Amino acid sequence: MKKRVPLLITFITGFIVIVSFFVPHRPFGALETETLIWYSIILGFTLLIGVDSLVRLHTRQIRRKKKGWWYSIVFFAGFFYCLTIGIISLIRTPNPFQPGTVFFYGYETILIPLQSTMFALLAFFVASASYRAFRARNLDATLLLITAVIVMIGRVPAGHKLWTRLPGIANWVFDVLQMGPMRGIMIGVALGAVAMSLRLILGIERTYLS
Amino acid sequence: MLEILSVWIAGGLTLCIFSFLYGDNPVYKFAEHLYVGFSAAYWLIYVWHFTIKQMVINPIAARDPGAWMLIIPLFFGFLMLSRWLPEKYSWISRWSIAFTVGIGAGLVTIGQIQGLLLPQLRATILPLATGKWTTNINNFIIIIGTTTTLTYFYFSRKDTGIMSRFSRIGIAFIMIALGAAFGYTVMARVSLLIGRMVFILGNWFHIVKPL
Amino acid sequence: MNGNKKNFWDLINSISREIIYTILGIVVIIPLLIGIKEEVQISPAVEAAYKTIESLDSTDVVIVSIDYDPSSMPELQPMLKAILRHTFENNIKVIMMAFLPLGLPVGTEGLEEVAREYEKVYGEDYINLGYRPGDRAVMIDMGKEIRNFFRTDVNDIPLDSYPMMRDIHNYNDIALIIGLEHGRVGEFWIQYVGSRYNQRIVLGVTGVMAAETYPYLQSGQIEGLIGGLKGAAEYETLIKKPGFGLTGMAAQSWAHIAIVMFIIIGNIGYFMTRRKQGRL
Repeated sequence: MKKRVPLLITFITGFIVIVSFFVPHRPFGALETETLIWYSIILGFTLLIGVDSLVRLHTRQIRRKKKGWWYSIVFFAGFFYCLTIGIISLIRTPNPFQPGTVFFYGYETILIPLQSTMFALLAFFVASASYRAFRARNLDATLLLITAVIVMIGRVPAGHKLWTRLPGIANWVFDVLQMGPMRGIMIGVALGAVAMSLRLILGIERTYLS
Repeated sequence: MLEILSVWIAGGLTLCIFSFLYGDNPVYKFAEHLYVGFSAAYWLIYVWHFTIKQMVINPIAARDPGAWMLIIPLFFGFLMLSRWLPEKYSWISRWSIAFTVGIGAGLVTIGQIQGLLLPQLRATILPLATGKWTTNINNFIIIIGTTTTLTYFYFSRKDTGIMSRFSRIGIAFIMIALGAAFGYTVMARVSLLIGRMVFILGNWFHIVKPL
Repeated sequence: MNGNKKNFWDLINSISREIIYTILGIVVIIPLLIGIKEEVQISPAVEAAYKTIESLDSTDVVIVSIDYDPSSMPELQPMLKAILRHTFENNIKVIMMAFLPLGLPVGTEGLEEVAREYEKVYGEDYINLGYRPGDRAVMIDMGKEIRNFFRTDVNDIPLDSYPMMRDIHNYNDIALIIGLEHGRVGEFWIQYVGSRYNQRIVLGVTGVMAAETYPYLQSGQIEGLIGGLKGAAEYETLIKKPGFGLTGMAAQSWAHIAIVMFIIIGNIGYFMTRRKQGRL
């Protein structure tokens, strides 16, 4: 029950998806449609796992008064604030995600600035790393550096002002020079992904059960 | 009034996150935890509205044919949460995980073969005598770039033969690709910074045109 | 004299991060404050995206997929607005949907804003389907019948009650998919919809993803590619409606020059120090 049933479920579901691709007629086509809806619903719950683990973690922090436990109170403040405005919007409107709802207001006030600024910070770190670590130590590093500089300058208006042919060279880098290696990497990764998927379906790879 | 309050709170939180530039500090940590807490509850609302209500409750309430069957994936969904129960019961969550892993693996197999491997390999088989020498050279570079990169991945053992030389060229091509990706990544990060600066200068302080 | 020289190269080699952060901040803020306008050169990839949308008829319906969230909003939101302006200008109908949990509200905001500009009517000219988990599964089933996953729109109203949706059932009724991407969902559109259902696709992606999306353009699996804020600025230029993309281009230019200067200074310092240490 603990191992065989999950292995069987993995095999059957994987098999249905692959076979229905080649035989989209009855019964496989309809079976695939239904299975994919089920998959989507179950997958929706993975978000709950994340929420559940976060709530548990911060409850534990507060209970044990661990170092920095008051940040966990901030976590719950944000959590319950969002939950409250979410429930209010769900009751008041059919779509809480519409601009104008109190839920959207919270999203615009808290989530947008926090999330977008976290990623904007990376601009400073990229600039600092460019100065500190981007060295032409050998031929490979030099190739990387030159390409990066061509793209950085060639892709902005300054590049055109500097040398009118630079945007064209930057385009050529993307259309030709980096096309082969990028494709090679993609093909390599895809082969690995297919091999791993087949191992999962056939029950050879079982780490997800541990 | 509410709008002004919203912009001031958003502006304050923006500065809280930017304070990380001076190192990890309580103000940043406050904002970080607020973000995680808010997002977590946001996901709950999402799961309720789109997964439970729209995908399960509404079809059942509308008596769509066979809709009652949707209770099964709903049950499997909740089973996922059993992983937090004691070991005696937590194994039951594996059934749901196995279901998603099986379908996911099936999807990857067909998607990668039909949608990536075949078309990308086909697109690499390019003509080398088109009558236009620039096209010929470009096509040659694409073919060499792809094959040498793959050679590097699959024949990277120490060897002095032709394969080793091929994979050496592959490394050079990979460096060029990484450089191009880095250049674009810099652009992306700077764009995000510009976005926040326009928010501060425009939406908050009304010095420039707001977002 | 020699001692002074040594100090100079040491100085070059040890610029503090605070100085770098300040310079970057200044070069981004000043062009915005002065309001410098820049013209952009149109790249073939963006032009192809524009031409693909331009070639559509006013009876056509497109899907716009919001596969990003606030973390990449400055890059993709201007793209969304520019594309919507183009489609609404040409009276093309729009179906919006989202595959990223945190992305739907930003997409909705952009859609509502542009729809108001063009006085478009919800349910007749555009519709918002909302979010569904399991991107690839949704995409495949939509190829058979959109109602398999979306029996209602985001407001819980059945799709058949909207005039524009009555004859829309699957990808046969969709002229083009426009994916705005900051993750892997764009690849899924290509792999599970483009290849399986022979659907035309145009992608707008973040700068981080642009390089790895080019092979799909060359293979013909997508018909156009808009990359990063620069791509958005190019699109705004093509539709002759300047927006945030073009506003940000001067700051983008200055910041890139500053970062390239950092790289050059860093390397000069590195080589001079090595030279003095006798390693070069």
